[in-house]
Amino acid sequence: MKTLNYTDVSIGDKIPDLDIPITASLISCAALATRDFEPCHHDKTVAQSMGLPDVFMNILTSQALMARFVTDWSGPEAVMKALKVKLGAPNVPGMTMTVSGEIVEKNDNEKSIKVDVTGENNIWGMHMSGSVQIALP
Amino acid sequence: MTPEQTKAFEEKVYTFVGKPIYKGPRRGYDDVNSAMIRQWCEVMGEKNPAYVDQDWAEKSTRGHLIAPPAMMYAWTQEGYKVASEGRPTDGQVEMVKFFDSHGFSGSLGTNVDQEYFAEAKVGDAIFEESVIESISEQKTTARGVGYFFETYAKFTNQDDVLLGTQRFRVFKFIPPEQEEAAPTNSDTLEIPTRVAAPRGQDNKWWWDACDEGKILIQRCASCGALRHPPRPMCGVCQSTEWDTIESSLDGELFSFVEMHHPKFPGYQYPLLVGVISLAEGTRIIANVVGCDVKDVEIGMKLKGKVERVDEKTILPQFYPVNN
Repeated sequence: MKTLNYTDVSIGDKIPDLDIPITASLISCAALATRDFEPCHHDKTVAQSMGLPDVFMNILTSQALMARFVTDWSGPEAVMKALKVKLGAPNVPGMTMTVSGEIVEKNDNEKSIKVDVTGENNIWGMHMSGSVQIALP
Repeated sequence: MTPEQTKAFEEKVYTFVGKPIYKGPRRGYDDVNSAMIRQWCEVMGEKNPAYVDQDWAEKSTRGHLIAPPAMMYAWTQEGYKVASEGRPTDGQVEMVKFFDSHGFSGSLGTNVDQEYFAEAKVGDAIFEESVIESISEQKTTARGVGYFFETYAKFTNQDDVLLGTQRFRVFKFIPPEQEEAAPTNSDTLEIPTRVAAPRGQDNKWWWDACDEGKILIQRCASCGALRHPPRPMCGVCQSTEWDTIESSLDGELFSFVEMHHPKFPGYQYPLLVGVISLAEGTRIIANVVGCDVKDVEIGMKLKGKVERVDEKTILPQFYPVNN
């Protein structure tokens, strides 16, 4: 599996979009995989009592998907330096989230890059926006 | 809350700032292990061999498997008792209960920022030390009135190596009453629509005609001046008598913007909003559709069609006239 070199990438490069279908299985199983047992992430009745139509994605899953999106592209030798997530509209089953990214900074001393990432769902709009910083070989 | 009550509340709530959330560093129930990593990767669709492929990892620069950095906060989560018994009391829970008891019962995680300084390996113990770092002044947001609080966490391993830090920001707010009273049991995901235009005494007739496919322009019954948008009095002669003419929807683009940010649910992007000079002489604000943004220019000829844009709204939209 190849890892991108620091010299391979330029500011303005875009990462190909990734569409993630949001299902009840993804939401509840991912919440448990992150050990987040808040009932609103696996119990529809609780989510509905909060005014949402169904269980909704927990923050640790949004973080995971944002990180994965960038390292899928960079390759496995990339070292993650920072992950910043701002949350917007909830992800609930039946939506599709499209994740997009663009390189916005390069730091020659650390050989690190900053990628701005957004995850927008097709129903309610922006679910997450933020940045992932990685160091490349 | 009266200003006095707010003052009393704030005096108490700000005493939580600086308080540790746990008594001393708290060790994750499970040390970093390949079973939890593999399960996490399976669900997240994570195929990175640095996390799951022992053979690959041994030959890699690192020489060993690592835990996904984004799992950092997962290792120290409380676990199933959150669902079965409720979250056990700690410094943060105490503060949250204090907010709740004063009506600030809404909770919304807004930001999580993590920085990583070393990668966790299988076998590492993870320790979390957290503090309530700050509470904002009272803020009014689209969600309601409340306070942002921020926690700061440090994650270390058994050798006291700093693995990473985390800032987690939460908005605690008074939920608007109508939302509280509207728990849903509807299974359908409501597709958002555009914000419907308010219809009042002075403009309802315009929207009613629009619903029937006609774009009307107000005409002063006294001096004949046309005016749009609808209003009760002629700006030329101050007469309040008027009738209407129907627009041909032939127009020319006077000015336009492309709406980028923030994106509103219910609108289609790219979203072009134009000011269109109609052949009759008045201007109208409407979407310019059916063309690429880069082909739009001021002065271009447009033709309007009255169309249904979603379940609730019918609007004139303007298309370029191809010569």
